[in-house]
Formats: sequence, C-alpha cells, structure tokens
Amino acid sequence: MKHIFNLLCLLLASPFLVVAQNAPNRFVIKNGTVLTITNGTFPKTDVWVENGKIKQIGQDLKVPANITVVDASGKYVMPGIIDAHSHIALEAINEATSPITSEVWMGDVIDPFDIGIYRALAGGVTVTHAMHGSANAIGGQNVTLKLRYGNTDPLALRMQEAPRTIKFALGENPTRVHGRGKNIQPRSRMGVEAVIRNGFEEALQYKKVWEAYETERKQKNSTAVPPVYSLRLETIIDILAGEIIIHCHSYRADEIYMLIKVCREYGIDKIVFSHVNEGFKVAPELAAYTMGASIFSDWWAYKFEVYYSTAYNAAVLTKNGVLTSINSDSGEVIRHLYHEAAKSQRYGGLSDEEALALITINPAKQLGIDAFVGSIEVGKQADLVIFDSHPLSIYAIPQMTFVDGIKYFDRESDELDQRLKINPSELIEPIFLKEYDHNCMQNVDFYFTNFGRNLFEHRH
Amino acid sequence: MPNVWAEMNGKPSDMKAFKYILLVFFLGLGIFCQAQEDGEILKPQKGIFLLQNATLVTVTKGILENSDLLIADGLIQKIGKNLSFPDAQLIDCTGKFIYPGMIDSGNRLGLVEVNSVSETQDFMEIGNVTPNMQALTAVNPNAVAIAVTRVNGVTSSIALPSGGLFPGTAALIHLNGYTPDQMYGGFKGVILNFPSSARTSTYDTRSEEDVQKESEEAQKKLDDIWEKAVSYHRLKSAGAMLDYYPEMEHLSKVIAGEISLMIEANAAVDIRRAIKWVKDNNVTAILTGVSEGWRIAEEIASSGLSVIAGPVLTIPSRQSDRYDAAYTNPGILVKAGVKVALRTNDAENVRNLPFHAGFAAAYGMGKEEALKAVTIHAAEIFGLDHQIGSLEEGKMGNLFITDGDPFEPRTQISHLFIQGYKIPMTNRQIRLYQEFNERSPGLEQ
Repeated sequence: MKHIFNLLCLLLASPFLVVAQNAPNRFVIKNGTVLTITNGTFPKTDVWVENGKIKQIGQDLKVPANITVVDASGKYVMPGIIDAHSHIALEAINEATSPITSEVWMGDVIDPFDIGIYRALAGGVTVTHAMHGSANAIGGQNVTLKLRYGNTDPLALRMQEAPRTIKFALGENPTRVHGRGKNIQPRSRMGVEAVIRNGFEEALQYKKVWEAYETERKQKNSTAVPPVYSLRLETIIDILAGEIIIHCHSYRADEIYMLIKVCREYGIDKIVFSHVNEGFKVAPELAAYTMGASIFSDWWAYKFEVYYSTAYNAAVLTKNGVLTSINSDSGEVIRHLYHEAAKSQRYGGLSDEEALALITINPAKQLGIDAFVGSIEVGKQADLVIFDSHPLSIYAIPQMTFVDGIKYFDRESDELDQRLKINPSELIEPIFLKEYDHNCMQNVDFYFTNFGRNLFEHRH
Repeated sequence: MPNVWAEMNGKPSDMKAFKYILLVFFLGLGIFCQAQEDGEILKPQKGIFLLQNATLVTVTKGILENSDLLIADGLIQKIGKNLSFPDAQLIDCTGKFIYPGMIDSGNRLGLVEVNSVSETQDFMEIGNVTPNMQALTAVNPNAVAIAVTRVNGVTSSIALPSGGLFPGTAALIHLNGYTPDQMYGGFKGVILNFPSSARTSTYDTRSEEDVQKESEEAQKKLDDIWEKAVSYHRLKSAGAMLDYYPEMEHLSKVIAGEISLMIEANAAVDIRRAIKWVKDNNVTAILTGVSEGWRIAEEIASSGLSVIAGPVLTIPSRQSDRYDAAYTNPGILVKAGVKVALRTNDAENVRNLPFHAGFAAAYGMGKEEALKAVTIHAAEIFGLDHQIGSLEEGKMGNLFITDGDPFEPRTQISHLFIQGYKIPMTNRQIRLYQEFNERSPGLEQ
C-alpha cells in the first residue's frame, strides 16, 4: 500500500518539472515597489522580462499586448537573494584526507534532488555558492549554482558565468581534523599558516620545474621527461595568478590578519573571508586589502572561537567600508536570509539599502558575478523575488521566485510535496527533529566520536 | 552625602571643615578610581520609576494611549494618566511603546556557556531516569548570553534540562539577579521525553526497525517507572517509611500535582500516544515541542492540553512537508483552539524569541496571538499569570520600552525592567561594538 502511495507521489511530483520549465519566459511584473539595490527604490514600477533577462524597468511600460502579466500591486520586487556560503545541493562536503585538497571540485558532487533547493527558493534565494567544507587549510574548489530546481542534470544548476572559487579554512576545524584527529600539521594556528605557505611555495617550485621542462623540451634532441602532473598544485598556481577567488572560513581576528598578510606577500587580492566573526576587530585591514567579509547575522558561542562575537559585526564592517554579505551555511537559515539581513538594523541601524545589499549585490561582487545578478538592472539575468511586504519586515512572505525569468516558486499555486525523488523501498518516511546536513563539517564525523554528544549541534 | 552638600553651602565650622576635607578626599578618590577603570560599570538599578506618556500594549487590557506606568518595590504599582510620584525617576516615553517582558518557554540559556565545550555543558546528566536533576542549580546567573538575550525584551525563560526519559526538572527564571534563587520565577516542571518514533536529527542513522523497537522499549520503561512512582506515592501518602529514593520522590510530587509535567512529543503519532498516556494516568501536563501538532491539531485541542511550540525558525520534520510547516504550526494549533506558548529551544540566541514569534504571526498566528504566546499565555500555562505576562497593576515590573513593534528587527529597545530593576542596556556584544566601530589605531602601522 505504502509502495503504491510513494509511486503516486512520484507521479504527482513530476508535473512540477513541466510547469517550471514551460513557464513563460516573457512577462512583465506590474506595479510593484521595485528595490533595485543599485539604483534606488521605485514605487508602482514595472519590470519587463524577456529571454531570461531584464529588458526594461519603468512606470507604465509599453509592453506587447499578449505578454503575461504578474500583478505586483502592493508588493515588493527585489533581486534574487545570493548566499555566498552554502552547502545545499551537495552530496558530499568535506574531502578531509589532507590539509590541502585543492584538486577536488564541488561541481562533481552537485545534488539536484535536494529538497533544500526548493526550501531556499521559497525564501527568495536564487544563487548559492556551494562550498567545500572547512576541514582543510586549503580545501576544495567550490561551484556557484543557480537554483534551477527540477533539472535532474547536476551541471544544469551550475552558473556558467561564475569565476572559479576555492575554500580555505583557518582555526579550530582544520586543527581539530588534522592536528588532533590525525596528529599531523596543522595542530595550531601556527601550523595553519605554515601549511598554506608551504602549499604556495610548493606550487611555485612546481611551476618552475614545469617551465624548465617546457624550455628544455623545445631544445633540439631534447630527452626531457615531463614532471609529475599535480592538479592540486596546478590549482594553487591559478590562485597565485589571481584566477581563483579564495573564500576563507575564519573566525578570529588574529587568523584573519595572518592570512591577509600571507596573501599580500604573495600578491593575492582576490580573497573573501567567510563567517569572520571577529572581522569587526580587523575591519580597516579587511577594507584595505580584501574582497570583504561574508558573515553570519548573529551566530556565536557554538564553539570557543566564536565566543567573543558580536551581532554588530555587519554594522562595524559596513561602516568601515568593508564589502560585507550575510550568508547561511545552513539549510535552515538559507530560507530566511532576508530576515538575517534585517537584523543588521536592530544591531547597528543599517539603512534599508545597506541591509539589502548584504544579501544581493555584495555577495554577487564577492563571487565575481555582479555583472549578471545581484540587482535589478536592464540586461541582468531575471533572478527576481516578489514579497508581499517589505523584505526587511518580520512579516514579509516571499510569494514568487524567478531564476533566469523562469518561475521556480509560487506560494499560491505550488504543490505541497516538492520532492523530486522518492525511495520506493522506504516504507515509512523518516521524521527528523533537527537537520544538521548542509554544514561546514559534514563528512568528518568519524574523527570526532569522542567529542561529546552535543558537539554536532553546532559545527560550522 | 546630600547633607554634606547642604553643609558646604553654610559657613564651615571645624567639624564641617573636616567633612569638607573628607568630601574632597572622596571626590578625589572617585576621580582616581575612574582613572583606573576602563569604563563605566553599569549595574541593574532598583528604584521608583515613572514611565510617562507612553502607549501601553498591556496584552490583557488593550492598548492604552498617552498613559503612565509607575514601578516601585519591584512591581507595577499604578497605570493611568498624568501620574506623579515624589522622588520617582522620570522616563519620558513620548512616541514610545511599553510591552510586558517576553517569556521564552524553553531553552538552555544559562545552562551552557560555549556549546561545543563539554566542560561548559550543564544541561544533561548521566542516566535515563533523573527527574531530580535541577536545572535551576546549574543556571549561571553571569552567563554572558543572559545580558545578550534580555536587551531584546526577553525577561523570563524556562531553563530546560535534556537527555533521557526523565532528564530533570525545568525552572522559570527571570533574567536578572546574582543567584539562581534571585532569578527563580516560581515554576518548576519535570520533563518527560515521551518515547519517540522520530529520529533526533539527521545524524540519527538508526534503521526504521530500531527506531520503532527503541520507542516500544522506552514506552515499556515509562509504564514501568510510572507504576513504581504511583506505588511510591501511595505508600508515601499512607505515611510509610520509605528509603531515600530521590527519583521516585520527584515523580511522586508530579503525581501529587505539586510539580507540573512537561511532556516533549513531536511526531504526530507520539503526540497522540502522549495524550492517551496523560488521560490513562490522569496527570496534568503541558505538551512541548509538538512540531507535527499541525497534523492533529483538533485532537490536541480536544485533549485540553496546553502546548509549548517551537522553535518556529526550523525546518519541517519530513521532506514531503510543505516548506513552511514549522512556521505555520503554532497558528494552526491556535486556530484549532489550543493554548500555545512559544520557545526558541536555543541557548545563546534566545534573543531571537521575538523573531520566532514574528514568523509565527506572519504565517497564520496573527500578531495579537503571537504576542500572547510569548507573554500572557506562557504565564497562564505556568500558573504565573497573576505575576507576569501583561501590564497590570500589581504584576512584576517585567517590561520594556520600544520605538515600535518588538517583533520587527528594525525596532530599537531603549529601556528594560526586570523584577522592577532598571537593567543596563548593554552587554559584551554591545561593548565590542563600541570599542571597535571606530578603532584606534586604524589601518596605520
């Protein structure tokens, strides 16, 4: 009986795919209050979308007679929310086998079936930075996703225009996994610096060896043998060449300052610090030498290195000129990033524009995709969210979410069950009272069986 | 000291001169001390406070415009228009709102300092049946999170022990005071984690068979323990000499109705079983958690049991659930006729209680019911509605002053009173902001 029920569910779930992909790609959102983020806020304004892009913005736009109209009277239209630190839509998070694993790429483990994608869409999120975990000083390469839920081809979710990014991690996580877990460096914040410097130097030597080989190879009667190829070191060379943006998991001011210094020494300026709970202590340095900070709104005290945090972090960073975004690192928080941004008004009184930039244009800049998304501008991709009231209000409810001009979420008309895949051998659907998936330390559980039963409640 | 000032104005006699010198000495000492201090030390202040010309959101008696509220001896002494009181500290509230302090009906605030550091975790004991473990004993009045929490208008909180079948006794505390007894608010509840057919978290990798088996075993264990407790209570009531048995002693108090029973049940089937168990055993109880309450809201309503729901900002318990199941749960329960209070079930971020309430309000509960869920309904469920939960004469001075709706993130809270004490609107997070917002030296070396 249950099997039949599940099969029925599967059939019921499939119409969603059809709906999502056949949605009109030519429509006008009429009469909304348009929060462009970069060019101000306009009441009673239309946004005309065609071929997945924003064609025109203005009052009483002259649109073709047969165009689909989405009435947004009394509602608010904002650009799709961008989460610069996420682990949804991934089958695995950590390749925790070495302090440096720059050879792995999250694009290989995209999970298009994750229900977390739909839940994020229902919170107005259209782009996530799907990141490697924080087990290693130099972790894997990340992938930037557009939440095209319903596509079953993993790479259909990849945002092709996004530049390459890589995960670094400082502090307790890498020292716990490698130092305490495996008795190898890094065991301390000294070791984290050394591991990163060693990695950079090894890559430079590797580059030299290859350059020498290339020169020698061109000589007449050369007997040169190619050096051993290393994808790990090739990736680090690309970091040093400025082709990859570093997104570094970090908490304490000292470790942030350390990596700023190391990066300056190696001529790297494409670095974003993530979490960065003590970023407020080194705000002038972050402002001068980095692509900014991507922070939590108010998380603290879940581990020792975040004990001296403040919810005023966003305010201090913004007022000091640091490019700042608010991220989720959580399958739960990603559903209300607009609310997380609003907390910067309670704690430090940021303006509406400053608060909304924390989840739109600022993370877009940090991911190198601000030419395409992050604001409502003519020519940008039509990633849009319609809210019933101002998105910074606690009472705001996202109504519709569009990615590339395709509607992927509609509060009014969507089916209740949005799973794309159901295990037919599962007799009873499991009930989970808490979710700890989608976080920085996933897949490293086996190192910590003795760390107390509550550790895994807060592991970012 | 005022009389010394008075004497200074007259012609100083020798004695007066001495006092004068003494005064100068003390003033000098004061300046000296200030030079030694890194900043002003702000303490909760007891006194008589007259809050003038405010909009009072009383919760139980409507909204009173242009009204005054007098706090003295720890209580709300008077509410009315154009009040006056000699020596009262005046606080102008023109254009501002006064709300009763919010109550978080379940969390670990004060029971843990840093979540991952096991040495600071004091909410869980060894053993499966430990109802005698007192959360109140483990509340650290100086936990950094307490001052971080209360400035958002949360004045009272239920400290919850967690763990086995009967993990301990919860207690209501007010977020002011230097000892647990000074904080204690007069409610205690024995926790029963009702045998669960749900997995605790996504890390719970037991098979379906194991989950069911363990749930059945726990049910047997519960029935067994309860039968023993009933016997113990019967013997005790009959005046029998009993050996020291603190666990049974505690459960006996529940049977006698001296301590409430708080039953944690979340999966619909478990809530249903819990309701039946309560009826069969004829105990009074409060249901807590109730994350799948929305599936059987009518049944819960007809049971007459009150519910502490939450957290609201959490994911649905099943992947097949509608995405907003946790947001809408409290509203669905209220519409079915259940009395609902809210909890964050958090530790360091209990300050988010107004935001949990705001989400519940937006997703069906409505602002008025959501406000009640964090004030008067919580007070009623804990039998403390004569003391807290609304702005009424004779109730405890637990309230706060805002420039708007306390659920809205942009709203600023300017003053806070707990047990009639004027609480400093600061904490470590605010001090870090003050120190680092304009850092000196800045970027220069």
